[in-house]
Amino acid sequence: MYTFTMLKQRSGNDMEIPKSFLGYKRENGRAGTRNHVIILPVDDISNACAEAVANNIKGTIALPHSYGRLQFGADLELHFRTMIGTGSNPNVAAVIVIGIEPKWTKKIVDGIAKTGKPVEGFHIERTGDIGTVMKASKKAQEFVMWASEKQREECPISDLWISVKCGESDTTSGLAANPTVGNLMDKLEPLGVHLCFGETSELTGAEKVCATRGATKEASDKFMKTWNAYNDFILKEATDDLSESQPTAGNIAGGLTTIEEKAFGNFQKIGNCKFVDVLEPAEEPKKGKGLYFMDTSSAAAECVTLQAAAGFNIHLFPTGQGNIVGNPIEPVIKLTANPLTVKGMGEHIDCDVSKILSREMNMSQAGDKLIETTLKVANGRLTCAEALGHREFVMTKLYRSA
Amino acid sequence: MATDIIIHDQKDNVGVVVIEKITPKQDCKCWIMENDTSTNIQSMDEIPLGHKIAMVDLKEGDTILKYGHDIGKVVKSIKKGEHVHVHNVKTKKW
Repeated sequence: MYTFTMLKQRSGNDMEIPKSFLGYKRENGRAGTRNHVIILPVDDISNACAEAVANNIKGTIALPHSYGRLQFGADLELHFRTMIGTGSNPNVAAVIVIGIEPKWTKKIVDGIAKTGKPVEGFHIERTGDIGTVMKASKKAQEFVMWASEKQREECPISDLWISVKCGESDTTSGLAANPTVGNLMDKLEPLGVHLCFGETSELTGAEKVCATRGATKEASDKFMKTWNAYNDFILKEATDDLSESQPTAGNIAGGLTTIEEKAFGNFQKIGNCKFVDVLEPAEEPKKGKGLYFMDTSSAAAECVTLQAAAGFNIHLFPTGQGNIVGNPIEPVIKLTANPLTVKGMGEHIDCDVSKILSREMNMSQAGDKLIETTLKVANGRLTCAEALGHREFVMTKLYRSA
Repeated sequence: MATDIIIHDQKDNVGVVVIEKITPKQDCKCWIMENDTSTNIQSMDEIPLGHKIAMVDLKEGDTILKYGHDIGKVVKSIKKGEHVHVHNVKTKKW
């Protein structure tokens, strides 16, 4: 087994892992690595209002998106779960919710209010954009000035909820960047952090091996059920050979040949950890610390948006050819082992582990380097994606609206 | 020690180029991660960083092993030292 290699490479003098970080303590006991005040539109037609408020009130961010009208069933439930989860994320200090009508707006406000954080809803019907922007801006100003007084405090490292997803992978991802994330997981899991991986479709080929990593038979069975459902859906919708989409053109340029090869590379991200449960998209983990698998698309922005909505407060994103994704509320840390990616687009890379390929760095040293980077970002250092303004907020839609 | 090619598992029949490229007739140093051993191979093709090289002769229908696992099937025979990619290997899924 490959994981055996990682164990063997672990030197006896690993660095001591810090036991705390500086975070923002929230009303519900969670801790944030960021202190955002967000303007959350309930639906597509409220984006203009939300963006106008964020333009008026400095230090707030609007999260425009494309959906929220005439959805129904499981798709609507996912919409609400993503909206409420995003507002509830501990990286968010306070929330303004703006929708076209009062009912769905209130549902989201009430969901977020359960965290105890300040949240207020506004609806546009009968008032119009201009009046709504004025009312919401006044409240947003109050929230952002209140939030600006919050100080970072010492929080136990177990307050970190770390999500992972890889993108624009190539063979260097499976060789080095993904096992570096796996090494971090192996070192941080015993300290009580929450961890989450997803990408149901990109485990295809490695699904049976992945299923053996369930901590219980229930978790393993739930994983296979989830993977089978996704695979059936893909086979049903596919009009031709899926090799046009999986692996992607970027993956192929980077040397990945088949989905199976990509999947086994992907799978390196979880190290030797076992997953305690399988989550629905954007579902908050309920079984305590440890690793969770979430049923997600393998598209980067969709996956990170769902993980952030489940409450994860810091993200690790290994890349090969150089995916540039970010998220408005969850800082996305990029690492790569591809020296050409570091050379060509270094402004996107927070943690360079390319020396693994030249064997000047072993996996344990790379894992330590990633832990250091993760803690710096948890303490407030901006990620490359944040500095470059990447705020991809992409809702997952399950099917057509009514 | 300089390494040109890394092989994940000793069962693997392909290795990954980890320098910018290897050229035809180049004598390449290979490192097998799983058991920390070394081997050598002479390349037949120019192969860029991240792409795979066949460590043995492979015929149509053979299984490609990487990470010690099945990652697809050979659809056009491949000689030891040749480039292994989408032109001669396909998925067994989709």
